[in-house]
Amino acid sequence: MAMLNKFTLTTALCALLSVSSLSFADDVQDANKLFKQGQNAQALEKVNAFLASKPKDAQARFLKGLIVNEQGNATEAISIFTALTDDYPELPEPYNNLAVLYAGQGQYEKAKIALEMAIRTHPSYATAHENLGDIYAKMASQAYDRALQLDKSNTSTQTKLALIRELFSKTPRVSKPTAIAAVATPVETVSTVAVVSPTLPTSAVTTAPAVVISKPIAVAATPTAVATVKAPAKAEPAVNISAEVLKATREWAAAWSAQKTDKYLSFYAKDFITPEGMGRSAWEALRKERITKPKSIKIEVHDAKIKEQDSKHASVIFKQSYRASHLKTSSSKVLLWVKNEGRWQITEERSAK
Amino acid sequence: MKLRTLSALFLSIWLTAPAAAEQASRDMEQALAKSLQAVGNNRLDIALNEVDSVLKAYPNFKLAQLVRGDLLMARSKPISDFGDAPNAPRDRVQDLREEANARLHRVQQQQPIAVPKYLWQLDAQQHFAVVVDTSKSTLYLYQNVNGEPRYVADYYISVGKKGTAKVSEGDQKTPLGVYFVDDHIPSAKLTDFYGPGAYPISYPNEWDKRQGRDGHGIWLHGTPSDTYSRPPRASNGCVVLSNNDFTHLGKNLQVGITPVIITNHMEWSDENDANERADLMNAIEKWRNDWESRKTEDYLTHYARDFSAGSTALKDFAEQKRKVNSGKMWIKVKLSKLSIFPYPSQQGLVVVNFEQDYSSNNLSNRMLKRQYWMKRDGRWQIIYEGAA
Repeated sequence: MAMLNKFTLTTALCALLSVSSLSFADDVQDANKLFKQGQNAQALEKVNAFLASKPKDAQARFLKGLIVNEQGNATEAISIFTALTDDYPELPEPYNNLAVLYAGQGQYEKAKIALEMAIRTHPSYATAHENLGDIYAKMASQAYDRALQLDKSNTSTQTKLALIRELFSKTPRVSKPTAIAAVATPVETVSTVAVVSPTLPTSAVTTAPAVVISKPIAVAATPTAVATVKAPAKAEPAVNISAEVLKATREWAAAWSAQKTDKYLSFYAKDFITPEGMGRSAWEALRKERITKPKSIKIEVHDAKIKEQDSKHASVIFKQSYRASHLKTSSSKVLLWVKNEGRWQITEERSAK
Repeated sequence: MKLRTLSALFLSIWLTAPAAAEQASRDMEQALAKSLQAVGNNRLDIALNEVDSVLKAYPNFKLAQLVRGDLLMARSKPISDFGDAPNAPRDRVQDLREEANARLHRVQQQQPIAVPKYLWQLDAQQHFAVVVDTSKSTLYLYQNVNGEPRYVADYYISVGKKGTAKVSEGDQKTPLGVYFVDDHIPSAKLTDFYGPGAYPISYPNEWDKRQGRDGHGIWLHGTPSDTYSRPPRASNGCVVLSNNDFTHLGKNLQVGITPVIITNHMEWSDENDANERADLMNAIEKWRNDWESRKTEDYLTHYARDFSAGSTALKDFAEQKRKVNSGKMWIKVKLSKLSIFPYPSQQGLVVVNFEQDYSSNNLSNRMLKRQYWMKRDGRWQIIYEGAA
């Protein structure tokens, strides 16, 4: 899943057929809005309702693919985008997204083929070129790993990913004037099949987290180019995962410090891995006791380092200083966070080695 | 079904053409070389196709994976060096670079038409002989065809991390010398690290011991199941083959019989060898005759001043021989199963093995004997003698 935010998922399918885009039904627009607000279930309901009457509609199917993927059903998303490539082989976006999903599953060979198809239909499709470059880099890393037996869990792999990002940002493949032009004048190109998004945000910086996170330099250097060529990956309202996770970590520490047990416990996801396989309720009771017992508690978070895994998963490692009326300790801690329904929650808590 | 005809046909094919496994290794090496050459010609598309075809058959071939990594990375960003993986351990990349060089050289090398200098005489029961040229990362397999060594195959091999000329235990070097296959250890008795099995060789031999060299456990063996081949210098002194090659080679090795000669600079036999060999054969025959004739002092002139038979030095040896021989009415010595192997990297030294059929008026025995003869001041002399 770490792959996903590295690849640009095309969210907007444009002007497939003038008919479709002109009579772009309210249902689909509503669904799109809901999807962007993170209300995936409702969005899916809407889009399904629309598809019941227009099962072939490309835009709706495309949106559905994005929604089910967001819901974690990559397999169904893949079959939706595959069907779209069958029905509309001239469109590059479904190929592109198919590639991103395959890449997310580590199926780089398939991802590569899909991107090559996208490029075949649209030789100047910058996103596909960019993603293809990334796929090659990823396949290269895989080959390097096999050649040199690089330990996948060691830091070199992390650095490698970061390097790929850096490489990505240093050479944004946006030197495709036609693509940019097409995007710059979306209205005029409605009747042609182009990489255009009717729902393109005016500012990618505020609405395209994937772009901001993975390619800060590119965004800073050529904001318009990136914004126009790369449709935002996810419609998450938040901008910065690191900032969000850091904020959540501080709030979690604050709730603990304030000895507000309910608030504190609400930071833990349903599937939080309790220590030593304790039952959830036993664990909660234990925490409650420990948190309410001291006269005062002060938790401080120092040197927090956040590692983003994808748009929904991140971990934070920090020095936790714990001062209670009777005890004072300091330790290194790791929290694994997951974003559930727009809210960051802890799935695992352990001491760092 | 005429089974005999069929097997005869099969045998004749096998004798004239390298076996399938050997051919597969060679094809693989050639495809890899094509890929590397295509990189040189800036045809990265061809290079990737070739390396992919190699990896299809040998997914655990790390060198090919590295080349593939570079070729793919080159599509993503300019690459500056062989093995341009970010944060790659430099020593491992260097290892694979050496393997690439070794394999390229191997491909460019012609199949040998000459015979290595080290095979002066093969005994009929020695069906094959192995000669390893560590400088070429290559093991040559020769077949004994009516006493003539005939090239059968050659294989890429790895030797000790620290190179060759082993001297001591743990020096991670591969010994140079004339050895014999000592044993066969099946894979069931080994960890996966050794692949399909191992053939220990007779290091340290009598010459090594005389030179004060020690250590043990020098084997020919295969590779772990996740590794097609290892870099040219990778082992702790063993000679390592890829598993296909090892299995094919293993079929031809005879425990206690097959010679394994390891050199770091292959020399090929020339007409001078024929003369030297004839000269040595004369010396051996004279030694035998002097013994049989009970001319003990003549007989003893064949032994060098620094002769030793293990712990026995010349003086004691001579005394013992004088005593024994003087009590004999008659002696008969017959030699058979003679084999002679000039020593690599040691001018004028040869290893001679034979079966000695000794009989006399009061004692008879039959034994396998090994002698080390050395040519000094134009005269062949025995510097070691013992049971083989």
